[in-house]
Amino acid sequence: MSAPNKSYDPVEVEALKPEAIDRAREEALAAIAAAGDLPALREARIAHAGDRSPLALANREIGALPPHAKAEAGRRVGQARGAVGQALRTRQAELEAERDERVLAEEAVDVSLPYDRVPAGARHPLTTLMERIEDVFTAMGYEVAEGPEAEAEWFNFDALNISADHPARSESDTFFVAGTGAGGEGGAPGEGSGVVLRTHTSPVQIRSLLERELPVYVICPGRVYRTDELDATHTPVFHQVELLAVDQGLTMADLKGTLDHMVQSLFGEDLRTRLRPSFFPFTEPSAEMDMVCYACRGESVGNPDRPCRVCSSEGWIELGGCGMVNPRVLTACGVDPEKYSGFAFGFGIERMLMFRHNVEDMRDMVEADVRFTRPFGMEI
Amino acid sequence: MRAPLSWLREYVDLPAEATGREVAEKLIAAGLEVETVERTGAGLTGPLVVGEVLAIEELTGFKKPIRYCRVDVGGAGGTGEPQNIICGARNFAAGDKVVVALPGAVLPGDFRISARKTYGRVSEGMICSAAELRLSEEHAGIIVLPPEYEPGTDAVALLEIEDEVLDIAVTPDRGYCLSLRGIARETATAYGLPLRDPALLDVPAPNDEGYPVTVGDPAACDRFTARTVSGLRPGARTPVWMQRRLEKAGMRTVSLPVDITNYVMLELGTPLHAYDRERLDGPLGVRRAEPGEKLTTLDGVQRALHPEDLLITDDSGPIGLAGVMGGAHSEVRDPEQDPETGEWRGTTEVVIEAAHFDAVTIARTARRHGMSTEGSRRWERGVDPEAAAAAAQRCVDLLVLLGGGTAGPGVTGVSAPAEPVTITLPADHPDRVAGVTYGREAVVRDLQEVGCEVHGTDVLTVTPPSWRPDLTDPNDLAEEVIRLQGYAALPSTLPRPPAGRGLTRRQRLHRRVGRALAGAGYVEALNYPFVSQDALARLGIEEGDPRRRTLRLANPLSDEEPELRTTLLPGLLAALRRNDGRGSHDLALFETGLVFRPTGQEPPAAVLPVTGRPTDEEIAGLDAALPRQPRRVAVVLAGAREQTGWWGGARPAGWADAVEAARTVAREAGAELEISADRHAPWHPGRCAALHTVVDGERTLVGHAGELHPRVIKALALPDRTCAMELELDLLERAGQGLVTAPRISAFPVATQDVALVVDAAVPAAEVAGALRSGAGELLESLRLFDVYTGEQVAAGQKSLAYALRFRAPDRTLTAEETGAARDAAVAAAAERTGAVLRGA
Repeated sequence: MSAPNKSYDPVEVEALKPEAIDRAREEALAAIAAAGDLPALREARIAHAGDRSPLALANREIGALPPHAKAEAGRRVGQARGAVGQALRTRQAELEAERDERVLAEEAVDVSLPYDRVPAGARHPLTTLMERIEDVFTAMGYEVAEGPEAEAEWFNFDALNISADHPARSESDTFFVAGTGAGGEGGAPGEGSGVVLRTHTSPVQIRSLLERELPVYVICPGRVYRTDELDATHTPVFHQVELLAVDQGLTMADLKGTLDHMVQSLFGEDLRTRLRPSFFPFTEPSAEMDMVCYACRGESVGNPDRPCRVCSSEGWIELGGCGMVNPRVLTACGVDPEKYSGFAFGFGIERMLMFRHNVEDMRDMVEADVRFTRPFGMEI
Repeated sequence: MRAPLSWLREYVDLPAEATGREVAEKLIAAGLEVETVERTGAGLTGPLVVGEVLAIEELTGFKKPIRYCRVDVGGAGGTGEPQNIICGARNFAAGDKVVVALPGAVLPGDFRISARKTYGRVSEGMICSAAELRLSEEHAGIIVLPPEYEPGTDAVALLEIEDEVLDIAVTPDRGYCLSLRGIARETATAYGLPLRDPALLDVPAPNDEGYPVTVGDPAACDRFTARTVSGLRPGARTPVWMQRRLEKAGMRTVSLPVDITNYVMLELGTPLHAYDRERLDGPLGVRRAEPGEKLTTLDGVQRALHPEDLLITDDSGPIGLAGVMGGAHSEVRDPEQDPETGEWRGTTEVVIEAAHFDAVTIARTARRHGMSTEGSRRWERGVDPEAAAAAAQRCVDLLVLLGGGTAGPGVTGVSAPAEPVTITLPADHPDRVAGVTYGREAVVRDLQEVGCEVHGTDVLTVTPPSWRPDLTDPNDLAEEVIRLQGYAALPSTLPRPPAGRGLTRRQRLHRRVGRALAGAGYVEALNYPFVSQDALARLGIEEGDPRRRTLRLANPLSDEEPELRTTLLPGLLAALRRNDGRGSHDLALFETGLVFRPTGQEPPAAVLPVTGRPTDEEIAGLDAALPRQPRRVAVVLAGAREQTGWWGGARPAGWADAVEAARTVAREAGAELEISADRHAPWHPGRCAALHTVVDGERTLVGHAGELHPRVIKALALPDRTCAMELELDLLERAGQGLVTAPRISAFPVATQDVALVVDAAVPAAEVAGALRSGAGELLESLRLFDVYTGEQVAAGQKSLAYALRFRAPDRTLTAEETGAARDAAVAAAAERTGAVLRGA
C-alpha cells in the first residue's frame, strides 16, 4: 500500500492503470457469471469485491495519484466496482431463486392425503331444521317460546278448548304421568297427577299468552309425545313447531300470508299453498295446510311417465293444521276476544324432514345412527 | 264414512258426467276430508249373469270335494243350453240362484274366464263369490241371490258393481256427515243443486197405544220414539240393492231387520235399535246403571257397569248400553231354516228404538268400556234429534215393504227437547275473521244454505239447524261462511309484528353448544326419554340417589321403560352401543335435552276453569305440580378419538376427552370450570371429575366427566374404556362471566422461567398450579403445565410436574432479579401449600 502522495508528485501506480482496472473488472464479472451456486458466488464475492480484491486495492491507491489523475482513476474504479456489485446482486438473486425452486420442489407433498384424524361431528337434522324455521320467523320479529315437556293437563288440554271428554284426551293418544314420587306412588292410569307429557307444543302458546304482553308473536318449537309405537311412519316422541300471533285485527288472510312466507323461505319462491277447511278445538275457523310439491310443482299429477316420489304424484304436500285462535282460548288466557284475534299453525318436523330430504323411514331419525346424521353436517 | 256415488245421486241430481274424483274435490274444498275415491268394478268385464243351479254332481277322488254343476244361464251361454261348471265351494244347493262368469269375462286382478278342462271335466265358466268380484271382503262363500231373478239377467247391473265410493274421514264437528243425508247436503250445496232430504217424511203423532217406555234421565235421553212391526216373515231376505249399499258402505249384512236399521242409520245418521218383542220383558226404560249391575253385550262380553253408564232396560234389568251396544238377550234373532220342513224360524215382531242421547254420556261409556261402535261414533259427534221420528218411520216402512210386516198403530214419543241455541253476531263478523268483504247478503245466504234461520240486519240472530250441534259461537258461523265462499279465495297478507328481541341467552347457548360439540367431532343424538329403575341401577346409581327419584308414566308404551330420564346417559349409552353393534366403533355422541327431576312432593295439578284468566296463584299452583325439567348436555365416547393414519397412530378416547368436552361446553357459556376428583356413579372412582363453576356468586356443582366404571361398562356391554360427560346447561347459562374487561397489552419483552416440582402423587396438578399462580404475583402473565413425570428419577409415590412460567410487566422490561424473585415466590407458595420441592434442589 502506498502512502498518500503529499508531494503531489506524479507517481506511476500500477494498479490504477486503465488496462489493470478493466482486466480486474472482466475477471470479476467472469467469476461471478461462472459461480454455479451460492457458496461459489460467496467465494467470487470475497475474491472480486472483498477488501482484498484487486478493485478494492486499486481504490485505495487513488489517493496517491496527482490531483489531475484522481478524477479519472476514481471514475474508472468506481464504475468497475459498480458493475461488479450489480453483477453480484443479479447473480445472487438468480441463484437464490434457483435454490428456492429446488428446495420447494423437494418439499412438495401429496395434498390429496386425507386428514380424518378426528372424524367430523354433526348436528341432528331435526335440530337444524327447527333452527332454520326459527330463523325465518325471528327475522320477521317473532320470538321463540319454550315450555316444559311434562305439562299440566290444564295447559295441554283445557285451556285449548279440549274438554275432558274430547277423544284427544283419551289414553290412546296421551302419556299420563302417574303421580310423582320414587317408583310412583301415584295410583292407577288416568288418576291423580293431572300431568301429561305434552301432546303438542300448544301449551306453550297458552303460557305465552299468560306471560307476555300483547301483541304476542311467538313460535314454539319442541318435543312432543303421543302413544304411538315406533314404526316406519310413527314415533312416540317427535318434534313440532307451532306459531301463534295474537294482535288487533288479525285475519285468515294474515294466516295465509304468513304460511306463504314460511313455505317460500324454506322451499323456494312461487310455491303456492292451499287451505282446506278442517276442525281443531283450539282454532275456529280451522284449516289443513298444503303446499304445492316443491319437487314436481304439481306436474306429476295424472302423468304416469313422470311420477314424483316426494308427493306420491298427488301434487300437494300436507304440512299441518292451522286456524284462527278460538275465542274461547283467548278468554281462558284473559285476552279479550272482542278486541284481539289471532292465528296459529303447527306442523311436524319429522314429516317435513322426510319430504324435504327424502327420508324413507322414521326409525332413521330416532336411532341416532351416525351414518344417518353425519351427512347433514352443521346446517340444513 | 263410505258414500257410494250412486247412493248420493238418489238425493242430489248431479250432472251425469260428474265423477267421484270431481265430487271429492268439491267436498274437500267444503271441508270434508275425502281420503280416497274407490272405483268398484274396476277391472271387471262381463258376461256376468244370474244362473240357476239345476243339478250338482259331487266329484270325489280329489284333495277336496268338488262339485260339477249344471247351471241354467238363460240365453246368455249363446246356445240356450245350461252350462257345466266346476265349483269348489259348498254353500249353495240345487235350485239356488247364483252369479256366473261366462267364458270371455274378466274378473278383477286380470282373471280371465274361459272354458277349460279341470278335475277331468270341461268347466264353462265360474260361479262367483263376493270376494272374487271384490264386492266385499267379508264373504268368502258363493253369492246366493234371492230367488226372484231370471237366469241370464246381467249381474253387473243387478249387483250395481260399477260405482265409485268416497271414503270420508269425518272430523268431530261434522257428525251429520256420518250419513248419506249429510254428505248429500254438502254435495248439493257445493253444486248449487237442491237436496231431496230423506228425513222429510210424514210421521204420525205419538199416541198412547205404543210400546210403553219410561225415560228416567231426560237430560241424557231427550227423545225416545218406539214403533212396532209385527207379522214379519222370518225368511225374508235383504234385497240385493240394500246388501250392495251396505257392502259398499263397509258394513256386513246380517238379517233383514238388522240390515234395515243399519241402512237407515247410514241414510239418516240416527243409530237405531231393533228388539225382538217376544224377548222383551215389560216396558222399556232408560236410566243410569246401579252399582254392581252387569250386562252381556252383543259381542258376548260380560261388562260390569259404571253408575254413569246409560242403560236401556226392561223388567229383567239392563238389556243394552244406550247408544253403544245392545244386549245379547233381547236381540233380533238370525233366521234359521228347519232342515226337515224348510220352514224359517226367527223374529216376527220387532220394537224399533229411535232415540236421542247426550253426546258426552255416550262418549264416556264407549271409552270406559273400550268400545267404539257405529252407533257410539255417531252419538259422540252429535246426532240430529229431530230426525229420530223420521228414522223410526223409515225403518217401519222398509220392514213393511221388505219383510212383509204390518206396522203397529202405536207410536211412542217421549220428548223433552232442549231450548234451541241462538247465536248473535255482527253481520260483518265473517268479513273481519277472513279479512275479506263478503257483505251481509252473502253472509245471510250462506248461513241459510247451511240450514240456519237468520234474522236481523246489522246484528244477526242465528238459529242453527238441529243437525249442527257444533255451531255454538260466532266464529263457528264465520267458518261456515268462509268455507262456502271458499278458503281458496282468501287473499295473502302479512301482519307486521313489533320488533322482536331475537333468541334468548338460553336459546343462543343451546345452539352454540350444539355447534361447538359437532365442531369438535361429536354427532348429535335425540334419544327417547324413557328409562327404567333397572337401567339406572345398572349405571351403578344407588337407591336413594336423587336420580332414582323418577317421574313414572301411567300408560307407558313398554312396561320395560315406564319412567322418564333423570340423566341423559342411559339413552346416549344405548345409542353408543347400537352404533358399535352396527360397525361404527370410533364414536363420539352428544345430546342436549330435558331431564325430569321430581322431588316426589309435587301436589296434583288442578283443573282450572276456562272462563277467564287464572290468577297468578293458580298458575303458580300448576307449575308447582310439575317436576323440575332442566336442560342438560351429555357426551359419550368410545374407540379412537384420533384415528390412525399417515400422520401416526390412533389415540384412544379417554377421560381427558370427556373433561375437555365439558370445557368446550363451558367456553360457549363464557364460564370457567373448576375440575376436581370425585366419586360418582356411573364413573370410574379414580377417573371421575366433578365440574364446578360459579353460579349466581356461589361455587356450584354442574356435572361430571371421566371414564365409566368398569362394572357399568360390563353391565351395559359397552366398549372398554367408554367415557362420558354430563352437565346441566341451565346452570351454566347463569354462570357466564358477564361483560369481559379488555386486557392491557404490554409492549415490553417477556421473561420465561421453567420449574419442575416434585410432589406427592396424590396432589392434584390443579392445586399446584393454583399455588404457583398465587405465589407468582401480578407479574405472572401465564402458566402452563408441559410435563408430568413419574419414574426412576423421582421417588416412588411422587411425581414431577414441569411448568413454564411467563412473566411480563406493563411498564418496563423485567430484570433477571425481578423474574427470579417472582419465580421463587411462586415455588415457595407451591412448597407451602402442596409440599412441592423444586426438582434437583
